[in-house]
Amino acid sequence: MVQVKMTVNGKAASGDVEGRTLLVQFLRENLHLTGTHVGCDTSQCGACVVHVNGNAIKACTMLAAEAEGAEVLTIEGVANDDGSLNTVQQAFQDHHGLQCGFCTPGMVMTATALLKENPNPTEAEIRDYLEGNICRCTGYHNIVKAIMAAAGQDVSRIAAE
Amino acid sequence: MPKDHGIGASPKRREDLRFLTGNGNYTDDINLYGQTYVHFLRSDVAHGRLTSVDTSEAAKMPGVVRIFTGDDFAGIGGLPCGWQVTDKHGQPMQEPGHPVLAQGKVRHVGDPIAAIVAETYEQARDAAEAIVVDIEELPAVINMKDAVKEGAPLVHDDLTSNLCYDWGFVEENKAATDEAFKNAAHVTTLELVNNRLVANPMEPRVAVGDYNRSTDDSTLYTTSQNPHVIRLLMGAFVLGIPEHKLRVVAPDVGGGFGTKIFHYAEEAFCTFAARQIKRPVKWTSSRSEAFMSDAHGRDHVTKIELALDADNNFMAVRTDTYANMGAYLSTFAPSVPTWLHGTLMAGNYRTPLVYVNVKAVFTNTVPVDAYRGAGRPEATYQLERVIDKAARELGVDPIKLRRQNFISEFPYQTPVAVVYDIGDYTATMDKLEEIADLSGFEARRKASEAKGKLRGLGVNCYIEACGIAPSNLVGQLGARAGLYESATVRVNATGSISVMTGSHSHGQGHETAFPQVIAEMLGIDESMIEIVHGDTAKGPMGMGTYGSRSLAVGGSAMVRATEKIINKAKKIAAHLMEASDADIEVKDGKFHVAGTDKSVAWGDVTLAAYVPHNYPLDDIEPGLEETALYDPSNFTYPSGAYACEVELDPDTGRVTIERFSAADDFGNIINPMIVSGQVHGGIGQGIGQALLEGAVYDENGQLLTGSYMDYAMPRANDVPFYAVDHSCVTPCTHNPLGVKGCGEAGAIGSPPAVVNAVIDALHSAGKTHITHIDMPLSPNRVWTAMNA
Repeated sequence: MVQVKMTVNGKAASGDVEGRTLLVQFLRENLHLTGTHVGCDTSQCGACVVHVNGNAIKACTMLAAEAEGAEVLTIEGVANDDGSLNTVQQAFQDHHGLQCGFCTPGMVMTATALLKENPNPTEAEIRDYLEGNICRCTGYHNIVKAIMAAAGQDVSRIAAE
Repeated sequence: MPKDHGIGASPKRREDLRFLTGNGNYTDDINLYGQTYVHFLRSDVAHGRLTSVDTSEAAKMPGVVRIFTGDDFAGIGGLPCGWQVTDKHGQPMQEPGHPVLAQGKVRHVGDPIAAIVAETYEQARDAAEAIVVDIEELPAVINMKDAVKEGAPLVHDDLTSNLCYDWGFVEENKAATDEAFKNAAHVTTLELVNNRLVANPMEPRVAVGDYNRSTDDSTLYTTSQNPHVIRLLMGAFVLGIPEHKLRVVAPDVGGGFGTKIFHYAEEAFCTFAARQIKRPVKWTSSRSEAFMSDAHGRDHVTKIELALDADNNFMAVRTDTYANMGAYLSTFAPSVPTWLHGTLMAGNYRTPLVYVNVKAVFTNTVPVDAYRGAGRPEATYQLERVIDKAARELGVDPIKLRRQNFISEFPYQTPVAVVYDIGDYTATMDKLEEIADLSGFEARRKASEAKGKLRGLGVNCYIEACGIAPSNLVGQLGARAGLYESATVRVNATGSISVMTGSHSHGQGHETAFPQVIAEMLGIDESMIEIVHGDTAKGPMGMGTYGSRSLAVGGSAMVRATEKIINKAKKIAAHLMEASDADIEVKDGKFHVAGTDKSVAWGDVTLAAYVPHNYPLDDIEPGLEETALYDPSNFTYPSGAYACEVELDPDTGRVTIERFSAADDFGNIINPMIVSGQVHGGIGQGIGQALLEGAVYDENGQLLTGSYMDYAMPRANDVPFYAVDHSCVTPCTHNPLGVKGCGEAGAIGSPPAVVNAVIDALHSAGKTHITHIDMPLSPNRVWTAMNA
């Protein structure tokens, strides 16, 4: 067992884990932060995307021990200070960018990273950036639309509701 | 102005708040005190005799609590099948046993052999490595046509063959149909494959079994679309636990698409094992396990023929289909290629004669069952492809050929048993031509060609039978279940309302849409109404969510229960106002005496029901809670017209979807935002089937597409924005809301549009010898067809 310490959503977190424990397991099982989901076992689906030191990473591809000393941000830590939805979260609700909600935390974390890198992305740039996040419910229509809206773009002309 | 509340409004979804903040409560988020973890050791061969399973070393491994094998389930029921099909000779289908853990034989890669229960997942997995399994490998049967040949290896030794059933529908029409083909002016024939798919909801399946030593009660938390059905199947047929001692909870469920309807071995195992070891037992599927243990979908091999007269009127349709059942009969598998498929073979068209033959076949593959659309996508795909081929052979416009043959008078008795109550196929086609800008296609084609690309346009129609279904009818057809839905409307003393529904929401937004209906009926605010679902301990027996039935059947039950509430509340209001209950009207959350200015508020009536100081106790009981079970009188028949435009790179064979348009008639709409979202998602899955997805086995029964590395899920950059419209409305004639259901339409209507478009693109480049390419239309398949 190894002891790991990191900062998660602004709070100190630590625990004893096996060397093979993944960051996503540590978040879900040790810290009970179950908003980060596991949708596959080949690092394809993106349901587990969190931010580590400001970068979007798949928490299933990183050992908990590798995150020693890191600043980790999960879906539980992104709302506004007063608890209200932040711009990206609000855009997903406003534009029905989620259905079953399972891929949603990863989508929000990826979208947040995109908008940090590229505050005004085109539709094609958004679709390409979401390459590592699979959604089975929405056909991506309203996810892409929500991200465009979160970037402040006028989405009222996007085909049909 | 669009409405801002009630029926027809699009309020933001209330469930989103928990999903967007990481506060959803999915089954894998549930952890119980003293919980153990189970790992299933699964067969890595497709077919073999289990000669020994030695667990002695594994049992000594750290953390192992107990190891179970098939022997532990001797004398315990197997997984039941919920639908018995009768073959064309009047005989029942062949129905093999389906043990919870393999007994004697393994029959597909992924068949569970042993279950290791340990203190941690890692310990359970480690111990699995120490189990020594001896399997005498047998030849696998994978190809359906080979499987039914004389002398083929038997998947089940106790059956006479690998043929589950040979079904003819309508058998009495066969001779007349054959005669029509002899007299036809033109016959178009098409052989095609409806590719095997994996539903792949993003949340893998999870089961947590719990046992209460104090009360002898069992609880199963599971990723299900229908917890009451699981309680009935598992309790009555597998484990012998009566309903009052068994609770099944399906909390937030991360997508279903059909594959979470069925009762699975892992559910029965966790419930059983928790009783044995008297501790909770948890199983979380990995995605790799999901590929080899979730029921797959589709997998039909079909020959379809269309007979036309000299004026291009459809005379008859004849089909011959092989449908894969996999190694065992999953819960509703036999119904999919029969009653959910053959009954739709008339499509949207006047076709006097239809004969459908389906041979359901056992193979050494994962069981196949309903996946979004279930039988109806298979029917739509073959019919709409053969019509397109016929139009090309006859040199007529494919839209005109369809329009000419549309059914236009309702109700319409099809030659395949069902009666369409209402529809307007011309209206949806007109709407499609408008929203898809079909008149602008030729200009867009020229623009594509200027870039060196081919462009194609594909159009098709669809009809589906939803809102499954009248119980007395499905009983005659072999269902071993009733298909009503339940609702309990519990009005609390202060006027808030809890609605217990047998429908289950796993992405469909019931928690938002259902209150819109009740709020409209009572004239109160939606925020006063909460939907409670997914727990057999909380609501009456219900049948769950599948087949686009939640609103048409579950919503109707809710309406009926609310009508009972209104009737009783009127009596209370009349008493409070010393009026006759016949004179009471409900408006804006108040009860008015008609023709006067007298009224009492909703909250005053509900309080009186629970504090009955001034109350008509001689006439009615205190309280305000009503239950209704709604059993529909017919299916509902959503319909529509879809158009796809593709660009095709002739150098690589790569197809991209440039435009996709859908004009649907869903009857009345409760929440347009949610309806659009359902169509978007269905189209995404349909495009996936058409271009990307396919579950592939090699000749030895190894699953070659066992992860997201090999099974191509649609990604955001595989699809465009979609144009969807549901303004064509012919309200369903037989349910109180006039609704039809929208969950499956997108997945049913979209694959033929894509394939029709690709064929159109190829023909535009003179490749008219290519009349069909089987899905998925990968660059390899398209390039190969072009360069053959």
